[in-house]
Amino acid sequence: MTTSLITYLIFIPLAGAILLYFVRKNPQAVRYAGLAVTVLVFLVSLGLYFNFDPTTADFQFVEYHRWIPSFDISYYVGIDGISLLLVMLTTFLTPIVLISSWKSITDRVAEYVGMMLILEAGLIGVFTSMDLFLFYVFWEIILIPMYFIIGIWGGKNRIYATIKFFLYTLVGSLLMLVAIIWLGWYASTLPGGHFTTNLITLLNIAPQIPLADQAWIFGAFALSFCIKVPLFPLHTWLPDAHTEAPTGGSVILAGVLLKMGTYGLIRFCLQLFPQASIEYAPLMATLGVIGIIYGALVSMVQKDVKRLVAFSSVSHMGFVVLGIFGMTLESLQGSLIQMINHGLSTGALFLVVGMLYERRHTRMIKDFGGLARVMPVFSTFFMIIMLSSIGLPGLNGFVGEFLILVGSFQSVVLGSPIYVIFAATGVIFAACYMLWMYQRVIFGEIRHEENKSLKDLSHREIGLLLPIILFIVWIGVYPSTFLSKSEASMQNIVKVLTDVQKGNPYVERLPQVPALRK
Amino acid sequence: MNNVLSDLSATAPITATVIVSLLLVVVHSFTREFKTGLYWMTLGGILIGIYLGVVTFHHTGYAFNNMLMIGGFASLMDIFFLSAAGFTILLSRPYLERTGGHYGEYYPMILFATIGMMTLATATDLIMTFVGLEVMSVTLYVLAGWTRKVKESNEAALKYFLLGAFATGFLLYGIALIYGASGTTNLVGISENMEALKGNVIFIAGCGLLLIGLAFKVAAVPFHLWVPDVYDGSPTSVSAFMSTGAKGAAFAALALIFSVKFQFMDSQVNIVIALLAVISMVLGNVVAIAQTSIKRMLAYSSIAHAGYMLIGMVAGTEIGVSAILFYIVAYMLTNLGAFGVVSIFEKENRKNLEIEDYAGLARRRPVLAALMAVFMFSLAGIPPLAGFFGKYYLFLAAVESGYTWLAIVGVAASLVSVYYYLRVVVVMYFHDQSSEELVLLPASSMVSLGLSAAGIFLFGVLPSLLINTFRNLF
Repeated sequence: MTTSLITYLIFIPLAGAILLYFVRKNPQAVRYAGLAVTVLVFLVSLGLYFNFDPTTADFQFVEYHRWIPSFDISYYVGIDGISLLLVMLTTFLTPIVLISSWKSITDRVAEYVGMMLILEAGLIGVFTSMDLFLFYVFWEIILIPMYFIIGIWGGKNRIYATIKFFLYTLVGSLLMLVAIIWLGWYASTLPGGHFTTNLITLLNIAPQIPLADQAWIFGAFALSFCIKVPLFPLHTWLPDAHTEAPTGGSVILAGVLLKMGTYGLIRFCLQLFPQASIEYAPLMATLGVIGIIYGALVSMVQKDVKRLVAFSSVSHMGFVVLGIFGMTLESLQGSLIQMINHGLSTGALFLVVGMLYERRHTRMIKDFGGLARVMPVFSTFFMIIMLSSIGLPGLNGFVGEFLILVGSFQSVVLGSPIYVIFAATGVIFAACYMLWMYQRVIFGEIRHEENKSLKDLSHREIGLLLPIILFIVWIGVYPSTFLSKSEASMQNIVKVLTDVQKGNPYVERLPQVPALRK
Repeated sequence: MNNVLSDLSATAPITATVIVSLLLVVVHSFTREFKTGLYWMTLGGILIGIYLGVVTFHHTGYAFNNMLMIGGFASLMDIFFLSAAGFTILLSRPYLERTGGHYGEYYPMILFATIGMMTLATATDLIMTFVGLEVMSVTLYVLAGWTRKVKESNEAALKYFLLGAFATGFLLYGIALIYGASGTTNLVGISENMEALKGNVIFIAGCGLLLIGLAFKVAAVPFHLWVPDVYDGSPTSVSAFMSTGAKGAAFAALALIFSVKFQFMDSQVNIVIALLAVISMVLGNVVAIAQTSIKRMLAYSSIAHAGYMLIGMVAGTEIGVSAILFYIVAYMLTNLGAFGVVSIFEKENRKNLEIEDYAGLARRRPVLAALMAVFMFSLAGIPPLAGFFGKYYLFLAAVESGYTWLAIVGVAASLVSVYYYLRVVVVMYFHDQSSEELVLLPASSMVSLGLSAAGIFLFGVLPSLLINTFRNLF
């Protein structure tokens, strides 16, 4: 088998991180080297994007190597429509993050850039693994760079925040590890079976697992993913981690790390345990809706802009979870596009807040006001991003939320429009807290002397926001470019779920690796 | 005579180590100030021993009238403990030169202890088990009190000796009972009569006492009370050796006697061991959180790790035993590394032993801090390090033999452990430095740490290198 592009995507950043060691003494060289590596990764990922065949739900760009043969553990990577866009999001945001930290990170630059590169490799690994063991390894590796990024370059309360982040995530993932082992063992108890963590094999075996066992395995996976999302009431690590992380860390955390959770829900919960997923869909959707409203309400009373954005994440990710467990084509497609949207808008919001913080060294809403006069360009960018986060039609947020709401409204699995009725209020609340915050920060009189002399955006800052805005508008106006990529995969999931509900066998419908298809 | 010669060559690694250590004693008694020579001779002897271990690997069987195992498992054990001794020697020299106590006798003592470990781990006769255990223990009692002007070191030696002697009593009594029930002390002989012995109360009592004796050496709760004081008081290089070699050897003996080869296990013993595992993991990890001294923290963590390894014993399957073996390797590399960093950082008169003293080490000595972080993450079981795969393998063995609940307890316990391992990293990386004092990085110690870290990465990423060998042993 030839080397897949995915392997390059994973190993170029790792190699880059090692190369940084040789230029570690010169921060400027480190920055340029890091940027060069991430841009290269992005270019390679474009190859993935343009050669992707959107007409099939099968896995593509597959590469397989035996790794630990005694337990049928392999280096097995590939993508389908669900992972493609998330990989693209990762490769797109990482260079932006590095540019955003150009001036703000001056201490231990080589370590910072190195951590970002390892993080990128880990994230791509998570989104492309087709072996549960490999997936788990990448899932855990991500903790370490993030732990250091928050702990070394974070704010005042960073140590508390980073330990909380680490332990919280680990609670879920360790249980997931037991579940993964259990699945592998279950495979070995079947006639002619052997221990395996191969996703494709397990997909085929999963329907035979007794329902009672499926429930707790589903629970172990779901717990791990829900903590990462984070779903109410498991979200308490998020505001701390986001608030304390440096800007770049927050952007990656909100932009991509949270999507690991929702991606896992689709890839592992929905695909491996359709039956259990259907059974627990009302519960998960309820928690999602609570998250939407709770996150929005709490955002409204925040005094710190960054904390406000952090809580708005809880609200937005609630939409994604609702869409996933709505289990219709529209709602699932909406969820996926909403993951991308949230990555772009919230990532950009954190960038904007970071720019404010670099200038004023405060993030309190009361310390600002009247910025429109001194920073017109900044205010414009901020407005577009804020509106995208609210879900203004014509911008990306609207597309995702609309699809999720429409899809879940018709959902057979949820069986009641009540979820959507409550969720829709979240959109209104979002408008409240965002607009109100924007108004207090940007409009009105300049109340503080220091704000009179604030500099408007530099070329570098404009340059890093522009590409994000481009996609915010693109998805808002013509989402089909992106929706079409994932349609086949989502359609397949929906078909499987429908079959499960009707009690039809569905195994032959599952996504395959083309080479293995008979 | 011929027979003796062939037996001696079959157990070549042990024979070679004995010869080298005796040679060291002689050389030292004639040349009082020849420590550099002793150091290199010891390392050379260890390398020869490891080489002989590799050579004898394919000649499996028994030697000395079924007293010792040879080849395969035995060779592997020889290689393990000789490597641990090698790492320890590399760490010890700069450490002892700095803290006082660099006497020439140290080198043969380490080798004597290693001989004890190799014998204990490969004994197939309970008498040899006892001899091996005593050779190992008695030298370790002496080594614990090596820095004889330090009060804590003396205390450690005395405590270890008194409690160790007590535990040996249990072991010996157990052997006596087993002999009474079966009429032989030979494991091969006993396992042939296993059917008749099942249900024999005297035999079961003997096994229980044997278990207690060995559980003392692996530092499982409730036989752990000596561990914190002894690890804390002993010279750090000796603690490193004790916590890895002695624990590993006792585990190898446990696995050999109770699981694989001779299967002294039945369901009742299994429940007892499962209980030991649970309380070791829980108590070790919970108490470790409260420690402020790094050596005491590592001591309690060592108790917890004994608990993890006992999970493999409970599983009792072939996978369980190879999981224990993998864990022994991973734990040896990691703990030798962790104690190695402590030994480099420690100052005269037991200074710099608090976790808080490590504040800001990442700025003063980035490489040392990075190595320590690797060791801590490996102990915590974060991929892609060897500690992670070790835990994965143990939990897999548990699930596979129907002890999923034990795996869940293990997972919960290791979650607790992450907190205190991370605290070391937090202090090193996130706290401001407390002193500008220079930390010297002796080349010899750094070689040892570098090898440990390399091994941790290698076996973490490519565990197949080891497990394929382990799984074909029995």
